[in-house]
Amino acid sequence: MTHALRAIFVRDLTIAFRVGGGAGTGVVFFLAIVTVVPFAVGPDLPLLGRIGPAVLWIGALLASLLGLDRVFSADHDDGSLDLLLLAPQPLEMIAATKAAAHWVATGLPLVVAAPLLGLLLGLDAKALGAVTLTLLVGTPALTFLGLVGAALAVALPRGGLLVAVLVLPFAVPILIFGAAATNAAVGGTLPFGTPFKLIAATSLAFLVLGPVAAAAVLRQIRD
Amino acid sequence: MTFYELANPHRFTALARWLVPALALAAAVLLALGFVLGFRAPADYQQGETMRIMYIHVPSAWLAIGIYTLMAISALGTLVWRHPLADVAAKSAAPIGAAFCLMTLLTGALWGRPMWGAYWVWDARLTSVLVLFLIYLGILALWRAIDEPGQAGRAVAILTLVGFINVPIVKFSVDWWNTLHQPASVFRLGGPTIHPAILTPLLITAAGFGALFLALLVAAMRNEILRRRIRTLRLLASAEAR
Amino acid sequence: MGAHAAFIAAAYGVAAIIVMGLVLWVVADHRAQRRALAALEGQGITRRSHAARIEDTH
Repeated sequence: MTHALRAIFVRDLTIAFRVGGGAGTGVVFFLAIVTVVPFAVGPDLPLLGRIGPAVLWIGALLASLLGLDRVFSADHDDGSLDLLLLAPQPLEMIAATKAAAHWVATGLPLVVAAPLLGLLLGLDAKALGAVTLTLLVGTPALTFLGLVGAALAVALPRGGLLVAVLVLPFAVPILIFGAAATNAAVGGTLPFGTPFKLIAATSLAFLVLGPVAAAAVLRQIRD
Repeated sequence: MTFYELANPHRFTALARWLVPALALAAAVLLALGFVLGFRAPADYQQGETMRIMYIHVPSAWLAIGIYTLMAISALGTLVWRHPLADVAAKSAAPIGAAFCLMTLLTGALWGRPMWGAYWVWDARLTSVLVLFLIYLGILALWRAIDEPGQAGRAVAILTLVGFINVPIVKFSVDWWNTLHQPASVFRLGGPTIHPAILTPLLITAAGFGALFLALLVAAMRNEILRRRIRTLRLLASAEAR
Repeated sequence: MGAHAAFIAAAYGVAAIIVMGLVLWVVADHRAQRRALAALEGQGITRRSHAARIEDTH
């Protein structure tokens, strides 16, 4: 089974990094949000430093959500989704593998870009470290949660934005915990460990729930 | 009339013809009675007259959660038992649940301004109800986005079940987190903590809103059954026209 | 009623508007479906059961 799953992982990753694959778009969008906020808020550096972690988290959330609708739809369009549905490997494992590939292609670049963009927002070293760490642990939650939306997108002709709308309410707790963890590290009242453990727990939970729900959707919406 | 016999559209339409007016009448009577008793009860010594908003805010909150629970049970009915009316019920209930959730948020804001001094605070109870409202909106959008009713029903069913995790969060939010919102005073282990003079009108208005919901639900389900029949007829007609 | 009468009235008003909106939605939808069904039957497109068609005319 691992041989097949590794093949799917490599295939998804390769497609993502090709032209039109969408791997870089997320980071560019991330950069766009982070550059736009200071223009809107004004060059008040201390204020930017205070809201900086939140802005980075919002940027990561939106950038993650936007790429989701292609995860299964691309396979649906070229017919490979039917093959995956017929495969002997459990659909949940296939979905999880695709999610992992999607995270490496879109989520991980966000985590790598975050410290650099944080400098634009005037974050100090401790805040940069905290944001990067929470994003590293939290972006998988976003990807695996969004997998359900990606599966629904197969049934929707003009899915893209609707998928983001559907997934957003569930992403709210992740955002709350992620921002809480970052703010705790920068000097809030909570110890960093409490929200950090919550976001790690959320990621682990969605690591399981996401593929299970996505596989259920894919099976149910087969025409 | 068993549950499965009701699945026959004719039986359901015949049932709806008398059930909807009966429920609407019951709702009107109960609501009138509840509001009259409610305004006759003594005002709260801390909040004054604004506690009268409770007779709308609390029942609509119960309905927002209760209707979502009903939708979740219907989702199981669609996916597990494949009952023919399950997704009709779910589709009909969704807009009504969303409306009551909105009512909860708005009446809560109007109550919060005189009571706490703010229309909105980001505490656990209010935030989780807002998230519930967003989930409702997502479900409504998904219903409209998929054309084939059966496929739409199954997709929405899964989304509804995924979203059900929010329901216990709403219910227990006032216990788990430090919130500004009032903790549970009716549905709690030790029994209600509200004075009977206020509790009785509350339960009566809640029953009235419940009857109103059922009237709207049955009527909306009848509409949905008609809508699907029309769709089938149109498909048949266009198939024969070739 | 006190200083907060406006808030109480607004709350009850909001509730009334929402409830009326729901009722209007259900009633208008019913009328629309009936119209569409009548139009289809006018074109002679009905289901196979004749008895069912007679029973349907209300």
